[in-house]
Amino acid sequence: MDAEITLRVDGEAHRLTVDTRTSLLDALRERLGNTSPKKGCDHGQCGACTVLLDGDRALTCLALAVAHDGAEITTADGLAPAGELHPVQQAFLDSDAFQCGYCTPGQVCSAVGVLEEFERGWPSHVTEDLTGRPEMSHDEVAERMSGNLCRCAAYVNITPAVQQAGGAR
Amino acid sequence: MKPFAYARPGDVVEAVRDVVAEPNAVFLAGGTNLVDHLRLGVARPDLVVDVRTLTSREVTGLPDGGLRLGAATTNSQVAADPRVRERYPVLAQALLAGATGQLRNMATTGGNPLQRTRCVYFSDVTTPCNKREPGSGCSAVGGYTRYHAVLGTPAALPDPHAPETCIATHPSDMAVALAALDAQVQVLGPDGERTIPFTELHRLPGDDPSRDTVLQHGELITAIDLPVLPAGTRSAYRKVRDRASYAFALVSVAAVVTPDGELRLALGGVAHKPWRATRAEEVLRGQQLTEDAVRAAITAELAAAQPQPGIDSGNGFKIPLVARTVLATVRGLLPEEQS
Repeated sequence: MDAEITLRVDGEAHRLTVDTRTSLLDALRERLGNTSPKKGCDHGQCGACTVLLDGDRALTCLALAVAHDGAEITTADGLAPAGELHPVQQAFLDSDAFQCGYCTPGQVCSAVGVLEEFERGWPSHVTEDLTGRPEMSHDEVAERMSGNLCRCAAYVNITPAVQQAGGAR
Repeated sequence: MKPFAYARPGDVVEAVRDVVAEPNAVFLAGGTNLVDHLRLGVARPDLVVDVRTLTSREVTGLPDGGLRLGAATTNSQVAADPRVRERYPVLAQALLAGATGQLRNMATTGGNPLQRTRCVYFSDVTTPCNKREPGSGCSAVGGYTRYHAVLGTPAALPDPHAPETCIATHPSDMAVALAALDAQVQVLGPDGERTIPFTELHRLPGDDPSRDTVLQHGELITAIDLPVLPAGTRSAYRKVRDRASYAFALVSVAAVVTPDGELRLALGGVAHKPWRATRAEEVLRGQQLTEDAVRAAITAELAAAQPQPGIDSGNGFKIPLVARTVLATVRGLLPEEQS
């Protein structure tokens, strides 16, 4: 069954007709040709499809496109609109925080979300004092990035990259 | 994926009416569990009714000093709420111990307790499962049981062919904290509103393992209320899992200790529902809350535990693990001189 929706992706509005079964990930990749979010597991386990959905990091494989009519979506592609890299993207380059690169757009979007969550003072599982403001420590960043798998295991450089991007703010 | 119609009604009353009118309809909120089940063929609805934008997205104070969590509040929003962090740390910790940042941004207060078991046989549509296909049998008995129940099960190695057999566990961390906090569930149904104590929301398999909760078809969770706790109450959530992050609980413990030494205790990863340890609480009633007393109480609670054998060496390890995890959790909440 079809439904007509509008998605605002990386600053540009798109009107499209989707089958109600279409995930946001498939709508982005197959219908709008935005291959920045990747299909890894398609089950919400790997994080490769992460985008910023209405400002917060979210998994597009577990979102039905029809349920997000009118949503504002930023993909890793949209973080560098005029080709000028986002500080998180620059930090990933500086820290050599990837190998094959397949998980990288999801990692980058997740990291942008993580820095915003630090900014808001959100705690994590490893935050000792729930009522305090969490530090951007290695353990804090690693815990918050645990939803983004990297089969090349570039974690040893991803975590410092996120910290660097956070400090550079 | 089987085709389905999608509806986003104007309000919750209409949403309830839509689901009641279609026997094979489901509510959709954050979608983190349902969308996966649609893809796997575990859920095969004809109609999906989207309520994500219909219920409240606010955490509000109640007149008695408690908090009301609107059903559409996200797990990350509730975990970050200063009032939850200050007054209900057990809930903030439980939420933060579950899933990942991305999933917590999507998952909702109303949806989290209604997520289905992560029993691998339930998710695998090629295997018999009484929860997914009533009457088909239980593939978990004698199978892979590391994540399965030890409490609320009739026997070690129940009959895998019996239609009532199910040894699945409830996967939610949040629900374990809500059980310990004596939260109240606000529900809207075709006959109006009702309130269900959180500890009575989920059910044991009984004669129908396909039903996880007491909710009737068309009943919608609109909010979850946290009752006010006496000043000086301490609480904590502790989760033991196979990885340090992003894994379901092998066992988990939610503990609430009031200033007069009353312990409220709930266990996760051990039963078909979030397990309120009422037997342990009874044993402790009127006693001073010491480590020895807690050890005796949890031993009494676990007396009925049934370890399940399995091809992965079974889940008998959970019984001593629960006892140790309860002690470690409660130890951190005792007044200094008793610990």
